[in-house]
Amino acid sequence: MRPTSEDELSELVAGATGPLHVRGGGTRSMARAGPGEVLETGGLTGIALHEPGALTLVAKAGTPIAEIEAALEAEGQRLAFEPMDHRGLLGTAGEPTIGGAVAANVSGPRRIQTGACRDFLLGVRFVDGTGAVVKNGGRVMKNVTGYDLVKLMAGSRGTLGVLTEVALKVLPSPETQGTLVLHGLSDAEAVAAMARGLGSPFEVTGAAHLPGRGETCLRIEGFADSVCYRLGRLADLFAGHEITRETDPDAVAARWRGIRDVAEFHGKPGDVWCLSVKPGDAPEIAARAGADEVLFDWGGGRIWARMPEGSDLRAHLGAFAGHATLVRGSEAALSALPVFQPEPAPVAALSAGLRRRFDPRGVLNPGLMG
Amino acid sequence: MQMPEPDARILSRKDDLVAQLKRVLPGGAVISDPAETRAYECDALTAYACPPLAAVLPASTEEVAAVLKICHAAGVPVVPRGAGTSLAGGVLPTADCVILGVARMTEVLETDYDNRFIRVQTGRTNLSVTGAVEEDGFFYAPDPSSQLACAIAGNIAMNSGGAHCLKYGVTTNNLLGLTMVLMDGTVVELGGAHLDAGGYDLLGLVCGSEGQLGVVTEATLRILPKPEGARPVLIGFSSNEVAGACVSDIIKAGVLPVAIEFMDRPCIRACEAFAHAGYPDCEALLIVEVEGSEAEIDHQLGLIKQIARGHDPVELREAQDAEEAGRIWLGRKSAFGAMGQINDYICLDGTIPVSELPKVLTRIGELAKGYGLEVANVFHAGDGNMHPLILFNANTDGELAKAEALGADILRLCVEVGGCLTGEHGVGIEKRDLMSDQYAPADLEAQMAVKDVFDPGWLLNPAKVFPLDVSEARRGARLAAE
Repeated sequence: MRPTSEDELSELVAGATGPLHVRGGGTRSMARAGPGEVLETGGLTGIALHEPGALTLVAKAGTPIAEIEAALEAEGQRLAFEPMDHRGLLGTAGEPTIGGAVAANVSGPRRIQTGACRDFLLGVRFVDGTGAVVKNGGRVMKNVTGYDLVKLMAGSRGTLGVLTEVALKVLPSPETQGTLVLHGLSDAEAVAAMARGLGSPFEVTGAAHLPGRGETCLRIEGFADSVCYRLGRLADLFAGHEITRETDPDAVAARWRGIRDVAEFHGKPGDVWCLSVKPGDAPEIAARAGADEVLFDWGGGRIWARMPEGSDLRAHLGAFAGHATLVRGSEAALSALPVFQPEPAPVAALSAGLRRRFDPRGVLNPGLMG
Repeated sequence: MQMPEPDARILSRKDDLVAQLKRVLPGGAVISDPAETRAYECDALTAYACPPLAAVLPASTEEVAAVLKICHAAGVPVVPRGAGTSLAGGVLPTADCVILGVARMTEVLETDYDNRFIRVQTGRTNLSVTGAVEEDGFFYAPDPSSQLACAIAGNIAMNSGGAHCLKYGVTTNNLLGLTMVLMDGTVVELGGAHLDAGGYDLLGLVCGSEGQLGVVTEATLRILPKPEGARPVLIGFSSNEVAGACVSDIIKAGVLPVAIEFMDRPCIRACEAFAHAGYPDCEALLIVEVEGSEAEIDHQLGLIKQIARGHDPVELREAQDAEEAGRIWLGRKSAFGAMGQINDYICLDGTIPVSELPKVLTRIGELAKGYGLEVANVFHAGDGNMHPLILFNANTDGELAKAEALGADILRLCVEVGGCLTGEHGVGIEKRDLMSDQYAPADLEAQMAVKDVFDPGWLLNPAKVFPLDVSEARRGARLAAE
């Protein structure tokens, strides 16, 4: 099913007699295809409003991200949360949509400094599990009128409602960007170095460590003179280390696109897990994971781990502060392990309660998030 | 402003309830003498007041849980209170409620510079969070005007903003985790030192829920390294329209100032008379602040001044030193005080799309004239969060009602042009009955469904946020069940 209007979508959901497999472009599907009929939002497209002077964009949920990025680029703006393109990692085809990025709260390396997708989401329209059309938030940057269902919808993966329209805060693109690359650091040294960079006043907008390459990368963005100045000051912090500076904007963009999309793992076998942890815990947690390969983003706060098929990363870790998501699971993993981190009982009860209220018949991606 | 009738059955059981509370809290932490409960009769929306049945001041999450269990079992409404600085009546009591204040919970629990967070008890004031880390070169970004007095608990309840959120975001963008107690006494941990939720973003849902979903006792907050420097520039214009266009052009040009503040003539005059900040006498004033090293500041301010000159400013003054920067901010920061000295006022908080600024200011002027009242405007222009101050005399019969009616008209105007009723103060009781102007029944139903999940009995701060007639069935169900 591929409705072309919110009304039609509302009727389809209201009339559903069994489970619906809700998706945007289908490029980020992590779990096995759920039961039931596929309901795609790709038929709801178009940018409804772009006000560059107000840093605001409103688009139908099925609008391709590429279309939005092109419209923003024409005005020297961008989606600052840097949504990952999952196709290379998951081996999926199709067109990533803005609704899909919001539904999965997808954020890239800049999340550590500028915020997540959910931080840039100003408003939503969605169809709940009964077919009712609901709006929340709006298109202004500061809005505390009633409960923030906008945050609740971001990352709820279509289990509480099917997004039909999203309003986003956008930001100006920087004049240029540069990377400071530190070479040969251990994981622990790298996390400490990234903490140092992120704790400096030089506005590091990306901090990633690629153990396989022996590279620890710090990104700086802004006006050309300022980028040059801050790269220099940042380098001073690491005197005595082997350092290279990357200042060709295209090369810098390509590097961070690769980090964003976990290019290191593309074409390699195994399950892929994504962990969110306290950055300082990262080296020890990564060591405990027993992964074939790891990559650290967000100053260590996000760990990408490539594991042997079917191995239970959470069991290797035991109790830890944070969460682990099975982003790319083999049949062996998906049949045995929950995709999302099991929640403590009181939190799980609240989540289940919300599902019952927003989707009383249990038709929206049932079982995907508990 | 209407509030529900107090439940006579609860009033008659006061002594028993107080005795139960005294069993779980230390001496002095339960306040029930009518002479003392009056201290909790209102918040900063002083037009409305009602002493609570009792007030309690627990000192830990465990004590909060014990209090809530008792009130839950007894079916007694609880109104959580931070520092009581709400401008929206968010902590206005009813006569049958217990005020749960977090004023004794002010500890810093953990400071971690490597991972850039601080964990505090939520009774701690906003400014003292920054105070705990600034010597080490860090700060907590959200900076509501009341930051000297307001508590983190209230900041989380209202998702407070401030002057610098154009760059740093509001509370929800700087809140990493929290410990909260549900109405039935269950303790819930959300988030932590890591980023984002593994499941639903309940942290984001709780932030801004006006104390209706749980009592937040501890918070993990993001702290940021202090910028190398900051400098404001003051730009005066001969019309609001031109000032509004200049704001839009600055944003479009790719400069992202940390703050863009806007004042109109009535506000400029009052502030100048009060603070002697050296403001020019003109129609509209912008204060634009940028951050970075000296050279970076020079570069950004150069761009901003170039844009401003294209709009023919009547004054363009860059702070030459810290003293002058302080003076430029002094006038703005004393705006509310300056207004309070010459008038009673109602401070509104609607947000509008920045592009609608000139139109809305003109329309506000017309509306005010229609009511025979004056409105002064001071607001965060970069993000469209307006603070029209409606000036009136509380001693003149009927003026408060007239001012409130004008306020409602202005807020409806904000909604009509694509904005919202409140940008950072919250709904409370003040905007409660206007919610149906912004939201359709299904929109409010979805929000109330959330409260049903967290607080099925509708005991936490029940008479706020939702229009009384809309929430009546849910609140009534609780009473009928007793």
